[in-house]
Amino acid sequence: MMNFKFILKAISVALVSFSLTLISTVSFAATDVRIMWYGDGDKENVPIAAQIDEFNAANPDINVILDIVPYDAIMNTLPIQLAAGEGPDIARVTDLGGLNKYYADITPYVADPSYYEKSFGPFLNWYRKPGDSTSIHGFHSTMTVTGPYVNKTLFEQAGVDLLGPGATWEEWAAVSIEVAEKTGTPIPMAWDRSGHRVSGPAISMGAKYFDSSGDPKLVDDGLKAMTQMLYDWHQAGTMSKDLWGSVSGSKYHAPNDWWNAAEVVFMMSGSWQIGRFANEVGDDFDWWAVPAPCGPAACTGMPGGNALLAFNANPAVGKVMDYLSSKEQLSSFIGQVLAIPGHLDLQVDYQTDDPNAKHALNTFAGAVPTIDQVAFDLQAHVDNRIMFNAIISRLGQAIVGEMTMNEAWERMDEDVEKQLKEKYGG
Amino acid sequence: MENIRNQTKNFFLRILNIPFAFLMHAIDLIMWPIQKIIGVRNMPYIFLLPNLIFFGLFVIIPLVANFFFSLSSGDELLFAERELPTTKQYDQLFDCESYLNPNTCTEDFFWRGVYNTIFFVVFQVGLMIFFSVLTAVILNKKIIGRGFFRSVFFFPVLLSPVVVGLIWQWILLKNGAFNAIIESYGGDKVSFLTDPSWAMASVIFVSIWAHMGFYTLIVLAGLQAIPPNLYEAAEMDGTSRERIFFRITLPLLMPNLLVVFILASIKGVQTFDEIYVLTGGGPGTSTSLIVQYIFTTGFASSGSVQNFGLAAAASMVLGVVLLFLTLMQLYFSRNKESKHQEI
Repeated sequence: MMNFKFILKAISVALVSFSLTLISTVSFAATDVRIMWYGDGDKENVPIAAQIDEFNAANPDINVILDIVPYDAIMNTLPIQLAAGEGPDIARVTDLGGLNKYYADITPYVADPSYYEKSFGPFLNWYRKPGDSTSIHGFHSTMTVTGPYVNKTLFEQAGVDLLGPGATWEEWAAVSIEVAEKTGTPIPMAWDRSGHRVSGPAISMGAKYFDSSGDPKLVDDGLKAMTQMLYDWHQAGTMSKDLWGSVSGSKYHAPNDWWNAAEVVFMMSGSWQIGRFANEVGDDFDWWAVPAPCGPAACTGMPGGNALLAFNANPAVGKVMDYLSSKEQLSSFIGQVLAIPGHLDLQVDYQTDDPNAKHALNTFAGAVPTIDQVAFDLQAHVDNRIMFNAIISRLGQAIVGEMTMNEAWERMDEDVEKQLKEKYGG
Repeated sequence: MENIRNQTKNFFLRILNIPFAFLMHAIDLIMWPIQKIIGVRNMPYIFLLPNLIFFGLFVIIPLVANFFFSLSSGDELLFAERELPTTKQYDQLFDCESYLNPNTCTEDFFWRGVYNTIFFVVFQVGLMIFFSVLTAVILNKKIIGRGFFRSVFFFPVLLSPVVVGLIWQWILLKNGAFNAIIESYGGDKVSFLTDPSWAMASVIFVSIWAHMGFYTLIVLAGLQAIPPNLYEAAEMDGTSRERIFFRITLPLLMPNLLVVFILASIKGVQTFDEIYVLTGGGPGTSTSLIVQYIFTTGFASSGSVQNFGLAAAASMVLGVVLLFLTLMQLYFSRNKESKHQEI
């Protein structure tokens, strides 16, 4: 009996030791590179997944893991992960300047740093910290420009001509109402619920966003003019309160469902919708992108886009970045997702026969040179999201009657001031 | 023969015991030296330790961290990089010219959340108790399909709040099922979720639908505990049904209703997920409650400064309210227990 007990004890000791050894022994066959990616549905997720698979097959020493997440995770979860030091190696980001304190400089690990400068030059500064003009953190995955679309079929049915370049916001609103009335369409105009979307038109109306020393100064006559116009359109029924009123705070909401159902004449969104419309609208109706309407100061949309940016710098991350930013891969990706390239010298063979999509791509690509400098400065500013969010949350409250426009403007400035104080102290 | 059978049985039992024996001996290896050091009397603490570690790790430490976050400022997550200590967040929360007008407060979203929460809790809890009692009284009668109906009323409690929010969103949207029915009868569409005057009523209704089953069950248990001879005596005296309800049923249900009131109030103050899915707190801020304010301020700022300190301060205020409600519940349940013991 003693012997049996002794044997059991011995085996137990051996098992415990073996388990501990197993736990403490960690071996990696390949270096993991984790990418946090949000995509606009399968249209973007399938091409990137195929590229990653191809990379993994060609590089057995590197294992790229693609985590496809909702856009909200990029906006809200990623910053917290990064603050806790638990972020991914690479992420697809739209708040380009807002996360710059976490970006890693991959210059030593990319094959040819000058390729990044030559190919993505103007955008690299959007990621860099103020005063830094040399670091490479990643590359622009796609460039975007905000601008309107119209339901061309409804215009044709109503017998109303589309307006050309130089038409003002008031003129577009008037023809949209006319078309809606003649065709029985319930919503003349619908805008994405986003401060970024409001900003291009506001700059057209004369908004400057910064004071003479370059510090954020949100509310001026230009911003007041545009936000007042949006408020009036909501009260008059030109825009439906059901979209901007359906959520609170700075939450983003797009009118795609209404657009797809042909319930909207004029939709203010941006170039990233092209691929989606091509898939979702199909032959249901003709849709066209039209030039950015004008205000007294400009006829501009907002530039933007998303970039693949590195949060860890090592040879594997450098290799993945080199691969995904290469002309061949980027051209293939952009061609499939029907986007405007962020690469300055890229020939893209767009994989679509849809004349609406082709027209929209030409319209938005042609709009890039007309983008106002204030819009570029705003997009490049590290705290632009604070301003965008202040606009949309306060304007949203005014539209549903929680405050007057004067109170909303006052609050917008206070919100920006309060948040900057929290961020920078003082 | 019997001996052989016993030996075989013992053999198989021993075989089956081997894994347990291994486990016990492995535990022995750890426990024996500990017992030697701290003595047998203190061993219960060792067995409580795993639970205490998890409780500490996931409740106590976050609670303490939250308290210190509320006394700090900055947009960094790590304490070492934050300004500490400061009462700035509490000053900001309570900086109001008039507490009755959120527009005069620095943190107007917080105060809108407070007023919306109070409104929501008062109406949701009041109506929930009313409908729970009504439903329980009906389900306590001998009606056909009583078991089925009891299950039906309890079923929504089993659903995830996100599912509840999505289902009712599909029903209540302007192009949803309910408006389709209204239109088919010639009525105009109603913006149940996007009109400020309808939105709060809609979320209260959905919340009652989702949680009523649980409270109905508590009231039903209370009804079944009322001695039937009281009703028999009242009937023999020719007492009216209304008088029986108000003089026998309701007074004897009071302890249960108190529990329902406090539990529903605690749950109501904490409401977030189903409303967030249903209306996102909108239109404007008309259905945005305190928990949503905490969530958006700390974690869902969509690129603005993630103000962990302010969110923590707001959650401390909410914690005080919940503590008060919990103490009330404890007081009343102990009171009830001592009365039972006296009886």
